[in-house]
Amino acid sequence: MNIEPEKIGLKVGLEVHQQLATEKKLFCSCPMPSEAKPELRFMRRLRPTQSEMGQIDPAALFEFRRGTAIIYEASDIDSCLVEADEEPPHDLNQEAVQTVLIIALSLGATPVDELHVMRKIVIDGSNTTGFQRTLVVALNGQLKTKDRSVPVQTICLEEDAARLLEEKGGEKVFSLSRLCVPLVEVALAPVAAEPESVQEIALTLGRLMRATGRVARGLGTIRQDVNVSVAGGGGVVEVKGVQRLDLISKIIEYEAVRQTGLLKIKDSLLSRGLDSSCVADNPVDVTEVFRETSSNLLQKTLKEDGRVVALFLKGFKGMLGYEPIPGIRLGRELAEVVRFYGIGGIFHSDELPAYGIIENDLVRVKEKLGVREEDGFIIIAGPEASVEYASRALIDRLTEAFKGVPSETRGPTPDGKTKFSRPRPGAARMYPETDIPPCPVPKGLLQELSKQIPPQWEEQLQGLMDKHRLNSKMALQIYDSGYMDLFEKITASTRVQPSVIAATLTETLVSLERQGLDSSTLTDDGLLDLFKHVDSGAVSKEAVPQILELLLKGESRSVQEAANKLGLSAMSDDAVVQIISRVIEENKGMIASKGEGAFSLLMGRVMVSVRGKADGQRVSSLLKAKIAEAIRSRV
Amino acid sequence: MTETEGYVGRSLALLQKYPVKIGDLISITTRQGVYEGTLMTRYGYADDHHIVIKLRSGYNVGISIDRITDISRVAEAAGPKYVTPPNRPAPTDLPKVTIISTGGTIASRVDYRTGGVRPALSVEELCASVPELTAIADIDSEVLFSLYSENMASDQWSALALKVAEKVNNGSKGVVVTHGTDTLGYTAAALSFALKGCPVPVVLVGSQRSSDRPSSDAATNLIAATVTAANAVFSGIFVAMHHDLSDDTISIHRGTKVRKNHTSRRDAFESVNSPCVAFVKNGDITVVSKDIPHRREGVTLMPQPKFEKKTALLKFHPDFDPEIIDHLVSRGIRGIVLEGTGLGQVASRCNGAIKRAIDGGVLIAMTSQCIWGRVRMTVYDTGRDLLSIGVIPLGDMLPETAFVKMMWVLGNTKSSNDSIRLMTENLAGEYMSRRPLTRRKNAA
Repeated sequence: MNIEPEKIGLKVGLEVHQQLATEKKLFCSCPMPSEAKPELRFMRRLRPTQSEMGQIDPAALFEFRRGTAIIYEASDIDSCLVEADEEPPHDLNQEAVQTVLIIALSLGATPVDELHVMRKIVIDGSNTTGFQRTLVVALNGQLKTKDRSVPVQTICLEEDAARLLEEKGGEKVFSLSRLCVPLVEVALAPVAAEPESVQEIALTLGRLMRATGRVARGLGTIRQDVNVSVAGGGGVVEVKGVQRLDLISKIIEYEAVRQTGLLKIKDSLLSRGLDSSCVADNPVDVTEVFRETSSNLLQKTLKEDGRVVALFLKGFKGMLGYEPIPGIRLGRELAEVVRFYGIGGIFHSDELPAYGIIENDLVRVKEKLGVREEDGFIIIAGPEASVEYASRALIDRLTEAFKGVPSETRGPTPDGKTKFSRPRPGAARMYPETDIPPCPVPKGLLQELSKQIPPQWEEQLQGLMDKHRLNSKMALQIYDSGYMDLFEKITASTRVQPSVIAATLTETLVSLERQGLDSSTLTDDGLLDLFKHVDSGAVSKEAVPQILELLLKGESRSVQEAANKLGLSAMSDDAVVQIISRVIEENKGMIASKGEGAFSLLMGRVMVSVRGKADGQRVSSLLKAKIAEAIRSRV
Repeated sequence: MTETEGYVGRSLALLQKYPVKIGDLISITTRQGVYEGTLMTRYGYADDHHIVIKLRSGYNVGISIDRITDISRVAEAAGPKYVTPPNRPAPTDLPKVTIISTGGTIASRVDYRTGGVRPALSVEELCASVPELTAIADIDSEVLFSLYSENMASDQWSALALKVAEKVNNGSKGVVVTHGTDTLGYTAAALSFALKGCPVPVVLVGSQRSSDRPSSDAATNLIAATVTAANAVFSGIFVAMHHDLSDDTISIHRGTKVRKNHTSRRDAFESVNSPCVAFVKNGDITVVSKDIPHRREGVTLMPQPKFEKKTALLKFHPDFDPEIIDHLVSRGIRGIVLEGTGLGQVASRCNGAIKRAIDGGVLIAMTSQCIWGRVRMTVYDTGRDLLSIGVIPLGDMLPETAFVKMMWVLGNTKSSNDSIRLMTENLAGEYMSRRPLTRRKNAA
């Protein structure tokens, strides 16, 4: 479906989280994450804290009641007692504060005068403390892109969360290495915009931050939260943790379509004269109805002492399966919601009988619920606690359907769609981090830092093009990649053509990644070593992709080993000449008929035999000479 | 809370110019723009030139008074919307356990509006915060003190001992005492002597991470303490705290052998020179020590709650000035526990002062600053000299336990001979004749 952003009142707000490249973590003296193997494991349970208002986030409560055990894996190399929540935080890292202030000043934002570290309650286990430490550094700025100016609302400094390694059964496993890494969070005001231009905004902001030279680069160091809403009964949907920039526009388009669909469903519900009172207040236990069921799914639940409940929906016939836009149905939304509570999905009246549930079962369910021809119902099954929480969540979600789009947190899928990840958290649960005193921002420091505002990224890009004779496309690619610093290092320490280095670090690596290889396993030193081999002539530049492939596949552990394996110790001119002579001998006829025109074909054949062991230009000049010789000798 | 709590000097003067108070939604006009938010209390000892507001987003920020041109009230502070917890759970046939609170906040509620943390102390509040408790025991609770543990002293030990005895004699099958962790070990030792022969378990418990955080160890420790108080087959005074970094196993330590050995870790408390008594995991108690008295419900507990305050714990160190001992004696000290070096030594230049003190009727005993291991004063000349002067060797007793025991001994004896006899007798498991090869026994 094509969307018309203006017509549907599409608004998009971005929150960009960028890791900083500080020497130490935010609240301790640990170095930044390493690849160190974890040697320590411990288990925690996070308990939802009660607020003065007596409220507890229901999703948090559910996870706690479910008894989710949180396992943390840590290494002494990059984690200490602070990450383990076994020691109070140290002083706020001033290098991180200064970096964020520089970014704030580049965005024309006003720094606050005194920094207050807050605790934002997060009890999914991603923070050992059960809260994320975060602070506002500056407010109200402007991000200028090519054709517009986007208001910046807040600029925060916060600690990164622990990385989820796996989740299975009642257990979540996190690595502590990333916890407490400083992040800058820039929150942009929601703007009416085409999806592509939002992507452009994110890219511009990323470049502005990279221009400081003080932020981390590479995959996973920048993440976007995309807040999407449409006019007419739409809440704001927060799509959290989009790592790939090129997904942003797809996600916005999908959300626009989904939300438009939900509004159509709402209109349809209202036009039938239905309202939220048509959703039953309580589910009805129908476990007994299914005691003898032929449905494998339900049988499994019953064997495990689970419950089956049904929810009566007055006048809902046809509404659960109604698909105003392909793929957008209320039934599907509801199924996503119950999955959060560990239930596989829902059975609803618009699709039954199916899944082994037969008409006979349904008659009895309808009887128990008092379902008439025009009504609908939903059946869910699972462990008692899950069913209890899930049916509350179903009732809430169905009530929201009459308003349109519920405000909720969704996650991106790899193909640019979104899926439900959490119910809406209550109002921001924040309270002061009393372990860290407020920290004033001295006026003198601001004056000092304003001198460090980096040149615009466009200027830096031009500098890059001029210095290394790169074309603008190549320069942008390397600027946006995670390898800018490494690129400068390699160009400074070898004589290899900068364009070759840039192409390797961007295009070659990207194409290897498309083959499913993980380039993050390459170290900076390894890449530098590779170009040193090229520089010395030990490896030809044509052999670089093959060597990288061996390294990424783990088939070789060093450049030298890969070169040896490929038999790539560079070929002597004599050996090349031998190959050329053989090829010319084999293709005498072609030379006779085409003369110098035979060059490109012969070059290809020679290179097949050389197999990257010699530099292409050298081969080419030797071959040209030999062809000329051959032509002359015939004359 | 006063109307401008925490503000002093210039910031207080500025706030007083406008009709605003803490909790009001205010608007602050500055030369760089307008800020709207809730006026917050000021962090203690912070400077006097910032005003703190909580923005709508929930963040606090400080605004320099030097750039403020106007402050106005947008809305008056809303009263606290505190919801009272549900009624006290109906009495059950579960064992009756009393939870006595002395301070620290084993359970608390957070007010996200003002950022305040309020302790949850009543039975209703405790059971609402840690609902697991009601499935373990018929809970009764009492707030005895609200003190930081560094402010607990022998007067409080006495009052606490009397309160515990009252509860036990009134039918509590076990008592849980919530306590700040810093001096928890001292109080555990004090109760061990004052409630010698206690027929049911009395379990002291604290937390190393405050209870307002989701990661607090408070609830896990409290649950294990309550399980022990309600169900343990043994009796006496114990401490329940985390066994390691995991929220999994809780160690039950003997009140006379436990020490806080780390400033911040959850497993800061360790049984020294002794294995733990038991472990609690998933609500089950695994007993490790065999020589713990059995539960003897129905036996009347006779408290002996007197402590002699004129007692000192002195740590010997290089350049230690023996005149310190003379000075203490001149101030009427009645007993000194020395923390000597190694097997129980002090520099021989101290011998004169020590002898003068003992001759003057002061009780002097020796422990080791090594903490782990026992004193053995017959090994070196210096130790033998001290023994001959009349210094009492205290074996493997912890210096803190020795200090508390001496206070109690001096408070409950009249003659020096009785005091010496009691100091060397094993009254409450403070001596261990065998020390395990492993420092810490792993959880079962």
